[in-house]
Amino acid sequence: MATIVPLTDAVADLVRDGDVVAVEGTPALIPYAAAHEVIRLRRKDLTLVRMSVDVLGDQLVGAGCARRLVFSWAGGPGEGALHRIQDALGHGWPAPLEIEEHSHAGMAARYVAGASGLPFGVLRGYAGTDLPQYTASVRTVRCPFTGEELAAVSALNPDVAIVHARRADRSGNVLLDGPGGVCKEAVLAAHRSLVTVEEIVDDLGPATGATVLPSFAITAVAHAPGGAAPSGAAGPHDREDDSHRAWDEVSRDRARFGRWLEGIRTP
Amino acid sequence: MTTLDRPPTSSGPWTADEMVTVAAARTLRSGQACIAADGLPARAADLARRLHAPDLLRIDGSGRIGDLGTVGAPELHAYWIQSGRIDVGLLSGAQIDVFGNLNTTVLGDYAEPDVRLPGAGSAPEIAASCREIVVVMRHRLRAFVERVDFVTALGFGTGQLDRALLGMRGGGPRRVITDLGVLEPDPATSELALTAVHPGVGVEQVRAETGWTLEVSDDLLVTDPPTPHELATLRSLVTGSPEWQGR
Repeated sequence: MATIVPLTDAVADLVRDGDVVAVEGTPALIPYAAAHEVIRLRRKDLTLVRMSVDVLGDQLVGAGCARRLVFSWAGGPGEGALHRIQDALGHGWPAPLEIEEHSHAGMAARYVAGASGLPFGVLRGYAGTDLPQYTASVRTVRCPFTGEELAAVSALNPDVAIVHARRADRSGNVLLDGPGGVCKEAVLAAHRSLVTVEEIVDDLGPATGATVLPSFAITAVAHAPGGAAPSGAAGPHDREDDSHRAWDEVSRDRARFGRWLEGIRTP
Repeated sequence: MTTLDRPPTSSGPWTADEMVTVAAARTLRSGQACIAADGLPARAADLARRLHAPDLLRIDGSGRIGDLGTVGAPELHAYWIQSGRIDVGLLSGAQIDVFGNLNTTVLGDYAEPDVRLPGAGSAPEIAASCREIVVVMRHRLRAFVERVDFVTALGFGTGQLDRALLGMRGGGPRRVITDLGVLEPDPATSELALTAVHPGVGVEQVRAETGWTLEVSDDLLVTDPPTPHELATLRSLVTGSPEWQGR
């Protein structure tokens, strides 16, 4: 059963140095509040797993929390660059960054395998591309029925998964807004999980079109109203706000990023 | 990904980006299912829906299936893309080569790249499995190269037999629509050849922006200019919809 705990306590308890941490949700309902707790607690040597790496990934890398990135797309708002990640890759600042690079289909298959208790996922993917040459978690497998060669990707079982959702009830059951992305799979694949929510209610209400994650499959729920800001919280397709887009200017300059980091660490 | 780095090529009251968007939109048909990458491809698909293809089903990378609802990433990639149900995949890239292979990963060497690009997203599996691929991109010499630095999404690989050898079900690149003209794979070699130029564009101008020896079709066409209706619709869509202001 999930326990309902304050956000800082949840992150302090669940996210440990050296962990493989999946942070999912995009383009809205991104768990920024939880990620900022990770930064405040100065967690380090994390492997950040995230299909679409965006501003949140840039912040965690720039803050020196992650030494490895497992991803399938990485770009800033409006197709801009992620300067903190570029700086880490190109200049090892503030620390060198390793990457493990996939396609979205491959990452999704890896989460599904992890959530299903299987050692690998299988897909018609990667064929003819240069990705397998650089990504050890992509191999091939021969179908025992047809003899066809297919891509095999190793299962993802993160130490901890973090996602943000609209609401939970007092027992820790969580209502995910629609099935978009891989939030459900990330939680079910991880050894531990934290779901931050906009509100905690007596009754989740009608779940038509939504996905309910039962309390027994979640480690902790934390009440974090506005916890997805500056990404939207109204629904899976809500727009990011202007401060999200203004990230490019903060990220571009180490000193300016340093001031942003100070602001996060001294709330 | 790239910004227009020189004045638009245009022989009329339209920009180069408007020309490529209109030309790409015209290739889409009502009743088709399509998935479009962000940027020019997505804009072309949206324009087609507002012009001649109201029943073009748009599937997008966030899992939206037209107006019918949203599916998760595993379902999107397995049931919808990989299954081969999608008629047209509209892609773009930082580089394309003579065999229509696309690069959105790195410029230069992978370990020490000159430019790190966003990466694959859904493109490898779209390129593998959609019935046909339409590439939509700006025609620049640094982007149209003989061999891409990194194959992110497969076109025809190194030649005509590669897709079949890899067991790919999708047909691969059907046409490459740029702001200068249209390239299509030569049926005999799968090499991209010039089959149309846009109004006011000369063959030599296209060759100058292409990094391989570009073959030109004997039946080279000139694209019909954008109509006032096409331009007005595109402009209302660009200014009227927040969809185009970011991802």
